[in-house]
Amino acid sequence: MPSTVQTSKGAAQGRPEGGGFTDRFSMRTKRLFWVWTFLALPVLFYSVIRFYPTIDAFRLSLTDWNLMNKPKFIGFENYAKLFSDPKFWQVFRNTFAYLILGTPISLLISFTVAFALDRIRFGHSFIRALYFLPFLTTAAAMAWVWRWFYQPAPIGVINDLLSSFGLMQQPFLRSTSQALPSIMVTAIWAGLGFQIIIFMAGLRAIPSTFYEAARIDGLGEWAILKKITLPLLKPTTIFLVVMSSIGFLRIFDQVYNMTTNDPGGPLGSTKPLVLMIYQSAFSSYQMGYAAAQTVVLFLILLAISLLQLWILRDKK
Amino acid sequence: MKKALLLAGLLSGFSLPAFTAAQAVEIEYWQYIYETRVNAMDQLIKNFEAANPDITVKQVTFPYADYQTRIVAANMAGKGPDVMQLFYGWLDKFVAGGLLQPLGKEAFPHDKIEADFFPIVTAMQRDGEYYGLPTAVRSLALFYNKKLFADSGLDPANPPKTLDELVAASKVIAKHDDAGNMLTEGMTMDMSGQDHHWWREVLVRQFGGEPYTDDYRTVKYDSEAGAKALSFYTDLQLKEKVGQIGFMDEGQAAFRAGKAGMTIDGTFRLGSFKQIKDFEWGVAELPANADGYQSNYSSYFANGIGAKVKGEKLEAAEKFLAYVTSPEAMKIWLDVVGELPAKREVALTDENTANPIYGPFLKGLADAHTTLFVDEAAQRQTAMDMANRVLINGQTPEESVAEAAKQEQKIIDDAM
Repeated sequence: MPSTVQTSKGAAQGRPEGGGFTDRFSMRTKRLFWVWTFLALPVLFYSVIRFYPTIDAFRLSLTDWNLMNKPKFIGFENYAKLFSDPKFWQVFRNTFAYLILGTPISLLISFTVAFALDRIRFGHSFIRALYFLPFLTTAAAMAWVWRWFYQPAPIGVINDLLSSFGLMQQPFLRSTSQALPSIMVTAIWAGLGFQIIIFMAGLRAIPSTFYEAARIDGLGEWAILKKITLPLLKPTTIFLVVMSSIGFLRIFDQVYNMTTNDPGGPLGSTKPLVLMIYQSAFSSYQMGYAAAQTVVLFLILLAISLLQLWILRDKK
Repeated sequence: MKKALLLAGLLSGFSLPAFTAAQAVEIEYWQYIYETRVNAMDQLIKNFEAANPDITVKQVTFPYADYQTRIVAANMAGKGPDVMQLFYGWLDKFVAGGLLQPLGKEAFPHDKIEADFFPIVTAMQRDGEYYGLPTAVRSLALFYNKKLFADSGLDPANPPKTLDELVAASKVIAKHDDAGNMLTEGMTMDMSGQDHHWWREVLVRQFGGEPYTDDYRTVKYDSEAGAKALSFYTDLQLKEKVGQIGFMDEGQAAFRAGKAGMTIDGTFRLGSFKQIKDFEWGVAELPANADGYQSNYSSYFANGIGAKVKGEKLEAAEKFLAYVTSPEAMKIWLDVVGELPAKREVALTDENTANPIYGPFLKGLADAHTTLFVDEAAQRQTAMDMANRVLINGQTPEESVAEAAKQEQKIIDDAM
């Protein structure tokens, strides 16, 4: 590595040196001063708005705060209650069902679409826009549209279609087995546009000379995909796996809006952890208990993200 | 939104006290935003201030979703309301949180309260003290679609009076296509709406049981009567096929769309149903059981006085509370909001009981029970799950009722 990088201590190379307001300080001090002046506001903002409440949630999770009383320290009682609650374990299973099914399926579809879209010229921008459109739409509005789609015959488009072909109507959101997949489909569909765009950017970043060389050497399409495209897309894939996993673990909008009259679906069959947290906090006002749930969610998110980074790390 | 609130706060903080009211006591009244309720309160405040020139009342409103949180936050900051509106089901929490003070026995003698108001007012009593009084109350009734009645050959002037007649009429009205898909419901089924109240306080009692002990701290519906009441309800979908949970998304939506013959709903639905243009509808009392036993569920918002109010403000607050629970205020509330007067003498006038819409609701009040919920949303969920276990998972009503009772008991115990 060039030695100049060593001296800049992380700051980008060749940036104009800040300062000049007085000669008493060295260039380095002045530059640091300016950097920190600009960074101070966001740091302060994040400390007050983000980090303090986050850390406070850990404290609250050890209390019995219900919004009205003075929080009393009760040790790990909230956690004990949570882990002994069969509803929590169902919610836990649901949350992982969203993750384990949602992430691979959505990545597979978005890669396939991006891969195909990358090769066509006709209508390219239009089709790409169509795929991206759902991502721009408010999740709540979208969820309500899908909620109507899934209704029984007089209003539900899907069931209308089924019965016009003489097929059995499906209960969809009213079924304990179909409700979760029904909601997942909409979540995958909504996130697809973003993933496709990122995959396409990744595909475009692969130098075309690699492909030309491979074709001259007589490699088949499948081999090119396996040996060149996928390995070079790895950073993109890692990014999308982590983002999409976090997204599915935090799924809320779709579930909440598609099943408002029985929040979390029939018999809690679609309820994710975030919805349980929401209900404990803002419907039952058990703030301490809800805080304990958020701590659990935080640990799950942390563990999953670290695990993914470790599995997908560069093996050198 | 936040900016607007902040600005409003600043402006109100800087506004100079009016000179004419130099001696005036100002008290704050808080309620949630619901257009007709806010309008009615404006009218009440105007009348009250005219009669009491030395008192001014400021109405402060918040969206319903924030309302409870606002009161708690304001109380912590020592800036809570002097008089506030609260749902009867919040009382335990509000008393435990030190938000309310007991009503003075001189201004509000207990024997007078109990003589004047409908008995459901006792839900505002804890340890021998009343913590609030309602202006208006709500009850349930059976709404029916007169057009569907006539089309099905039923008499639109003669709605079902008993549960058996309800099922019989539903069967005539319900329509299915050849594949068995529901086209029109005879009777809506919606546990997430008012049906869980109907099941708890009406059906369980009509089948000979009791939903809870008198203090509502012990669940008692885990009984033969409870199971019978549940199977009556679930049979509407499974056996009689006259209703279907989730049909048209919600029961009230199905009724509004003219796709349901009957639905059970509360006084608060009148405003929404009054907009129906396609058909005429009527209101009837909730059906009785074969022995003629009737029951109903009633709920209400009460008005209480903040815990920290004292001195001349307390005097003013008591005067204001007395006015908003006076016969005059109740009449205004009925006209503007459409909710039923909470005092017998105001409610049960010949004019009101003869009213085809208010009449059945008012008659229902006489047999009404008020469930003392500790966490209404969570307890409602146990009722929804109870019905779903039978309807979707095919569990027997006996097992499902037993499981629901256990879950609900746990919610009550945890809150105590």
